[in-house]
Amino acid sequence: MSAAAHSVVEPSVTSKRVAAALVVVYAVISMIPLFWIFATSFKTPPDSIAYPPKVLFTPSIEGYCNLFTTRTRQTPEYINSLPPATSFCDETTRKRNMVIAGPSNFLPRFVNSLVIAFGSTFCAVFLGTLAAYGFSRFKVPLADDLLFFILSTRMMPPIAVAIPIYLMYRELGLSDTALGMILLYTAVNVSLAVWLLKGFIDEIPREYEEAAMIDGYTRLQAFRKVVLPQATTGIAATAIFCLIFAWNEYAFASLLTSGTAQTAPPFIPTIIGEGGQDWPAVAAGTTVFLVPILVFTILLRKQLLRGITFGAVRK
Amino acid sequence: MRGAETPETMQDPSGKPVVTDTTSTILDRAAEAAVRATPDSLATRVRGLSDKTVAWIFIAPTILLLLAINIFPLIWAIQLSFTNYRANRPNEAVKNIGLSNYSRILNDADTWAAMQATAHFVLWTILLQTLIGFTLAYLIDRKFRGHAFWTTIILVPMMLSPAVVGNFWRFLYEPQIGLFAYVISFVTGIPPTEILMLSSVKLAPWAIIIVDTWMWTPYVMLICLAGLRSIPDYIYEAAEVDRASNWRQFWSITLPMALPFIMLAVLFRGIENFKMFDMVNLLTGGGPGSTTEVASITLKREAFEKWRTGFSSAFAIILFVAVFGLANIYVKVLNRVKSR
Repeated sequence: MSAAAHSVVEPSVTSKRVAAALVVVYAVISMIPLFWIFATSFKTPPDSIAYPPKVLFTPSIEGYCNLFTTRTRQTPEYINSLPPATSFCDETTRKRNMVIAGPSNFLPRFVNSLVIAFGSTFCAVFLGTLAAYGFSRFKVPLADDLLFFILSTRMMPPIAVAIPIYLMYRELGLSDTALGMILLYTAVNVSLAVWLLKGFIDEIPREYEEAAMIDGYTRLQAFRKVVLPQATTGIAATAIFCLIFAWNEYAFASLLTSGTAQTAPPFIPTIIGEGGQDWPAVAAGTTVFLVPILVFTILLRKQLLRGITFGAVRK
Repeated sequence: MRGAETPETMQDPSGKPVVTDTTSTILDRAAEAAVRATPDSLATRVRGLSDKTVAWIFIAPTILLLLAINIFPLIWAIQLSFTNYRANRPNEAVKNIGLSNYSRILNDADTWAAMQATAHFVLWTILLQTLIGFTLAYLIDRKFRGHAFWTTIILVPMMLSPAVVGNFWRFLYEPQIGLFAYVISFVTGIPPTEILMLSSVKLAPWAIIIVDTWMWTPYVMLICLAGLRSIPDYIYEAAEVDRASNWRQFWSITLPMALPFIMLAVLFRGIENFKMFDMVNLLTGGGPGSTTEVASITLKREAFEKWRTGFSSAFAIILFVAVFGLANIYVKVLNRVKSR
């Protein structure tokens, strides 16, 4: 059996080619929906609902215009009486017998998403790092039970958590506030943060801090100047996870926010045009919303991969 | 310096060394007195906090936050589950009705229909994601050129918001104008107006299974990949020496050694999909009728549309206990597999 000359450790050229072909086919197919979101965001509303679906089309930013503005229908006489259009958006809107009435709610919702996602990520990572260090380095009574309890809070269905939170926030006046959402997302994320970070900090040898403390550092100084710099990768990986969760979260946001503190995920599905969903505008909103996460994923893929596999394998 | 002085004092015991000795004891006493006179808080500031204090300062905020946002509401929910409380009528008298919420849920055909819809969804998504995910991981582990790049590309869907992307799938599924319906009708010849992915009782459950599989197969793939990479090369080398066929190597080395990882991926996907809410809510909202009404959707309808807060709290607790119980049993099995 001369074929056995190659070892499985280094797969044969043919098997590599077949594997590559299959993986590429899967990757391309799985990218189609995302490509379609992007393409639709640059279509005009009639193009977006054409049959058969248009792959080639003249790009237009009408979807983005509609995403950021609200419009009202007017008579042609009224539109003709207006001064000439000052922007592209103005012009396209008028072609459809409408005028721009004002900015839409998308921008404030997007800003809410930014504030809540980054705020809660910061809090979760801050608290998580401290707690993880505590669990990693000190004998905490009932540590295993506490850790298990911290983790098991993630098994609750979000709606089940939302019922009492809804009542509690109503009593405390936290309903539909950014603070309420930041607190909630921090609480949800901190369990993951403690769990991941404890693993990362466990990997840093205790001898480093002990040496620093013999040199006259206090425990806190040793934590700040020795442990934290060593744990940067782990903290970054954890932060990405918390950020992705908070950025993408929908269940809590849709039930606990309705107005001023509403984030983008519950808002985007409510974008409607005349006589049905304005798909180019929805696609534009989706694109704007997905781009930050796409950039994050590509820039920080190494930390992400490490975090996902690490978090899973430790359990 | 001190090391050099000591032998000298040994050599010359008259006068000087005695004096030094006295001075040092006097200094020591003074220092002790100074320490005693210093208030405790200052002393700790100088010496640094004790480890025990640091431990509690570090852990307490997290525990407090979890108590306030997780445990207190949970206890409140347990308490509400024994009442007929309705959140939209806060002024109405709350009656304690004992276990009747629980007995009503467990005897309710609708609840069991929701459980069945959830089970269908969970089982099929796990099956598909594990099969495709493991296959992909196995292929990527062939380490062809550019595999890292394609892995990143494949991962993208799982990073995105299930709600926002799920919402867009509604458009893809749209009969006539949707891309999905178009492609299916192009391939199968069925007229696109008949491909009612979201409004047909038969197809709607599959519509959500497809989106979930598209989105989460990469996650299963990633964990399986970690499993495959954890298998040391020497085992395969030994198998080569024994002339075990590739087929044989796969069944007696690759699969058993990656099994704990596959099981982990199944556990995570199982828990997540048992809780599934966002994507289903946006794609079908539980419809048509209640064909895709998974447990979380029922819960939302009871709690935030019918406002039966007590009843839905009881349902929430039953769900939590179910997930928790099943996950614990599963982890026991998993540990047995691992230790094998």
